[in-house]
Amino acid sequence: MSRHYPPDAKWHEMERGGIIPQAGNATEYTVGGWRNEHPVRDNECCIDCLFCWIYCPDVAVHIKDESVKYQGFSSDHCKGCGICAAVCPKDCIEMVPGGEFQPDEPGQSEEE
Amino acid sequence: MGKRVALEGNEAVAEAMRQINPDVVAAYPITPSTEIVQNFAQFVSDGQVDTNFVAVESEHSAMSACLAAAVAGGRVMNATSANGLALMWEILYIVSSMRQPVILTVVNRALSGNINIHCDHSDSMGARDTGWVQIFAEDVQEAYDNLLQAVAIGESMDVRLPVMSCLDGFLLSHSYELLEVESDEAVREWVGPYKPLNPMLDISDPKTFGPLDLYDYYFEHKRSQLDAYPPAKEAIIAEGKRFGEAFGREYGLLEEFMTEDADFVMVALGSTCGAIRDVVQGLRDNGVKAGLLKVRAFRPFPAEEIAAALQGASAVAVLDRSASYGAHAGPLYAEVTSALYSYGKQVPTNNYIYGLGGREILPDDLEQAFGDLQKVAESGQPAEPVSFLGLRE
Repeated sequence: MSRHYPPDAKWHEMERGGIIPQAGNATEYTVGGWRNEHPVRDNECCIDCLFCWIYCPDVAVHIKDESVKYQGFSSDHCKGCGICAAVCPKDCIEMVPGGEFQPDEPGQSEEE
Repeated sequence: MGKRVALEGNEAVAEAMRQINPDVVAAYPITPSTEIVQNFAQFVSDGQVDTNFVAVESEHSAMSACLAAAVAGGRVMNATSANGLALMWEILYIVSSMRQPVILTVVNRALSGNINIHCDHSDSMGARDTGWVQIFAEDVQEAYDNLLQAVAIGESMDVRLPVMSCLDGFLLSHSYELLEVESDEAVREWVGPYKPLNPMLDISDPKTFGPLDLYDYYFEHKRSQLDAYPPAKEAIIAEGKRFGEAFGREYGLLEEFMTEDADFVMVALGSTCGAIRDVVQGLRDNGVKAGLLKVRAFRPFPAEEIAAALQGASAVAVLDRSASYGAHAGPLYAEVTSALYSYGKQVPTNNYIYGLGGREILPDDLEQAFGDLQKVAESGQPAEPVSFLGLRE
């Protein structure tokens, strides 16, 4: 189900105050195209503290069974801001020049 | 029953706030509105209200905290003046765009520079396009009454807009006047409990607030906001009438004083209307058909009602207590003449800019302006598009 208004919604069909009546619709807005550097995590170094997952403003750090290790990043939602690298207490995340995640790097996923 | 007491304008506003007992007040002091928040902080300290009082580090933060508290689902109030209002600018637009009924008392004061603490309307006139309802008080009684009504107007379910309740700095804020203060019970019953609409803290029904809104939806949202102002006009009239039924003092968008058969009408805002009344009465005693049109609600602007009220006049004077730099005339004049044009009434209209930075306006000045109108009516031509009252020239 779409969690925002359809593109042809008229002005009087929308909730006042610019509110979207549903929550969680940020997943439908992709910012991956803004990225000019991308994170690469050293999974051997990662201690699964989840700081990157908590601090990511775009829910772009994937998590499974309360673990981010080996899970990677969303190329649709990571805009390359570098917050994950800045907050990592073990300096396991490096911001690498270039917007594209490389196939041999850990952490590329279209999944939510 | 209410009681008759002598209060300064600021004290009367603080008393109204105590009676309303808002959920949150976030404020930063600035002359001449400081006493409002100072007195209210005392009520908080003495346990006379349940308000969460937030002392912030600037007016930008004050209005930001007010916005957040309102979005969360609280009834929120604040007070400021001049440069303080200017520092809130960015957030003023966001509060109205998010349709939050925050209530702000603006004690009108000249904007810098040069630095001046006295009355003119440049602060709230500068905010005239921010989307807030703006109501101006003529005296201390109205400052008290208007604040109570501001809550009811802003919170009307088909309005849901923030309201500025404006009173003239020092002339009203620091002047003692006798007024009726209604009982706490009667005020609380009249204002009623706050009914939040889409409160963010309702986690059983989560929504998205303040999202990115580009060329795909922003235009529709702004069109939707424009739709709030006709109901706001209706709410000002309805709540003014309901106030009159409860307390015996009825209000509307405008107040007409001897305009019905008037040849010469002066249009003004705020405390100067009191002086104009006196002058109009004196002219009437001498057989001159003078009248006063007091604009109580400047936003939404009662264009149609003003044009109708000026229908029979042969010459009009519009008094502006602020200048609009680079415009052809003062802001009230520009809107009044635009209203006349839009509703098909052509009447010679003079603009007088007066009282900047607290400069006195005297009965002689007003009589001079009425004298101009008599000459204008005889010649059919406005004297000068813009002239000044009380200026050394």
